Amino acid sequence: MYQYDQYDQKMVDTRVEEFRDQVKRRLAGDLTEDQFKPLRLMNGLYLQLHAYMLRVAIPYGTLNGKQMRMLGHIARKYDRDYGHFTTRQNIQYNWIKLEEAPDLLAELASVEMHAIQTSGNCIRNISSDQFAGATADEIADPRPWAEILRQWSSFHPEFSYLPRKFKFAVIASDTDRAAMRLHDIGIQLVHNDAGELGAKFFVGGGMGRTPMIAPEIRDFVPADELISYAEACLRVYNRYGRRDNKYKARIKILVHELGKEEYTRQVEEEFAHMKDLGLNPPVEELARITEFFQDPPFDLQANDELDLSDPDFALWVDQNTAQHKQAGYAIATISLKPRGGIPGDASSAQIDLMADLAEQYSFDELRVTHSQNIVLPHVRKSDLYALWQKLDEAGLAPANLDLITDSIACPGLDYCSLANARSIPLAQKISERFADLGRQRELGELKLKISGCINACGHHHAGHIGILGVDRKGTENYQLLLGGSGAEDTSLAKITGPGFTEDGVIDAIETVTDLYLEQREDGERFIDTYRRVGMERFKEAIYG
Amino acid sequence: MNILTGNDLKTGDVIWWTGLDWSRFVKDATDVGDQGEAVLHREEAARRVNAPYIIAAEPTEDGPRPGHIKDRVRALGPTVRPDLTLKPADPDAGEWVI
Repeated sequence: MYQYDQYDQKMVDTRVEEFRDQVKRRLAGDLTEDQFKPLRLMNGLYLQLHAYMLRVAIPYGTLNGKQMRMLGHIARKYDRDYGHFTTRQNIQYNWIKLEEAPDLLAELASVEMHAIQTSGNCIRNISSDQFAGATADEIADPRPWAEILRQWSSFHPEFSYLPRKFKFAVIASDTDRAAMRLHDIGIQLVHNDAGELGAKFFVGGGMGRTPMIAPEIRDFVPADELISYAEACLRVYNRYGRRDNKYKARIKILVHELGKEEYTRQVEEEFAHMKDLGLNPPVEELARITEFFQDPPFDLQANDELDLSDPDFALWVDQNTAQHKQAGYAIATISLKPRGGIPGDASSAQIDLMADLAEQYSFDELRVTHSQNIVLPHVRKSDLYALWQKLDEAGLAPANLDLITDSIACPGLDYCSLANARSIPLAQKISERFADLGRQRELGELKLKISGCINACGHHHAGHIGILGVDRKGTENYQLLLGGSGAEDTSLAKITGPGFTEDGVIDAIETVTDLYLEQREDGERFIDTYRRVGMERFKEAIYG
Repeated sequence: MNILTGNDLKTGDVIWWTGLDWSRFVKDATDVGDQGEAVLHREEAARRVNAPYIIAAEPTEDGPRPGHIKDRVRALGPTVRPDLTLKPADPDAGEWVI
């Protein structure tokens, strides 16, 4: 894992003290709310429905036990004993007091964490594959590149006031676990014909009110020119992005309006201009950063066999673990979706436990996923049973990864001032309706994603089944969408038709899943059957 | 009726204008009639409230009931965590929101 150098630490510490002074001035009345609001947002502090909310950055979803334990400590000391892991691989606290925020940020800084650039029209937390550095299907570890992008984008003077917020994702395999093409810039590390490492650039994707899949604008950028190319992409956007209209200000609108060819032409022109300006990180710096992401000291003789005689354990292994690149190890995903629970929420005690387990069983590493779960990336197979038992005791062993009850949901109207409808109660009711694990497994992989408003923090456009909460004359109403995917077969879900009440949309989901079971052919997932059968058949079943 | 709400500057707590002061309980809110803007500006300038705004509410026996669900959620707390609402002992308190 990357460790701060003196510059990183100084930047974060200085920002804490700067914010402490700003808070002091706000409380003393020297700053109005209009003056203070952009300052607190730059430090991740929102004013939400019930209180101040703090969003803490977890760069590319990676953290160690000490950092995780700090997140638990903050939940206990500054919040109401829990945190909410988000769809951007971050964590949010819902009950923060302004007067305590500077002390909280100072404690975060003591473990190399912060909340900078988790809000505002700047480059946000870089997201990545939660299996990075552990999975056998990647061509390189994407984390060093995500870290380089983090350093480049932190306090970047040219990109601190973009037309709108800006999100990057970096992956390094053909399997997309990061919804890469639904980002402003998606980067996939690839090799060229000569075997050299580089990056494929996808620009202009996103969800929100105008969902778009990012088109590929370049099939290979040499790795050592990745930053320059990203800078060129941003410069064209910064120059021509629609600052006149918030709803048309994302880069996806610019790429769409200019056309992919014209946007790409301008980026290439800018890139040619920048190539010789020396903006790329020095080779020594690339090497220094990459050094932090070396494999942990795996036991090359570790036993690759597993005793699966405990049926509950066997189910969890089958559903929640993935193949590791090193024989004798597995990638274990801790589902934060217990029956009837709140997706992504974890108590301070659970956070502490996950920190302990990471230290004990996973070389002190954890990952947060955009699906609001936690990954222990390097678990020795011979430790899996003991790990599972400890998780199970703490309510952290639902064997439902990628099943219908592993839904993702934004905070919705229970917490968010932008929301039109509640998301969490819907996720909870669906979790209860489909609680039978046998039934869930019969349905197989089924990505259910729920947003409480058109801003799409719950990724409803990318759900095999998506739900969008809307306000219909002051009453919560839910639109049902089908056919989305955030994986390598990226697609955007389409609305089925008129919306439903809360119970009505759950009934509709049951109708849809029943039709899938009736229509599916061998080996088809829900999304495969939907694509083969088509929307009309599903609409007929839902609306008659 | 029109009532005033906002957040406490230091703590972020949701608060309601009682006519004399600010309360965490919407049942204490008072009808400000057409004086809302004046009160709001005065109180915000004195830093007794942050980001205040006026909402329409319905008078009931139990006090004002905000007209929009968003403000009813603000008044009670998250419906999915009854223990964190202002009525933690009443598991059915969320029904008031709907």
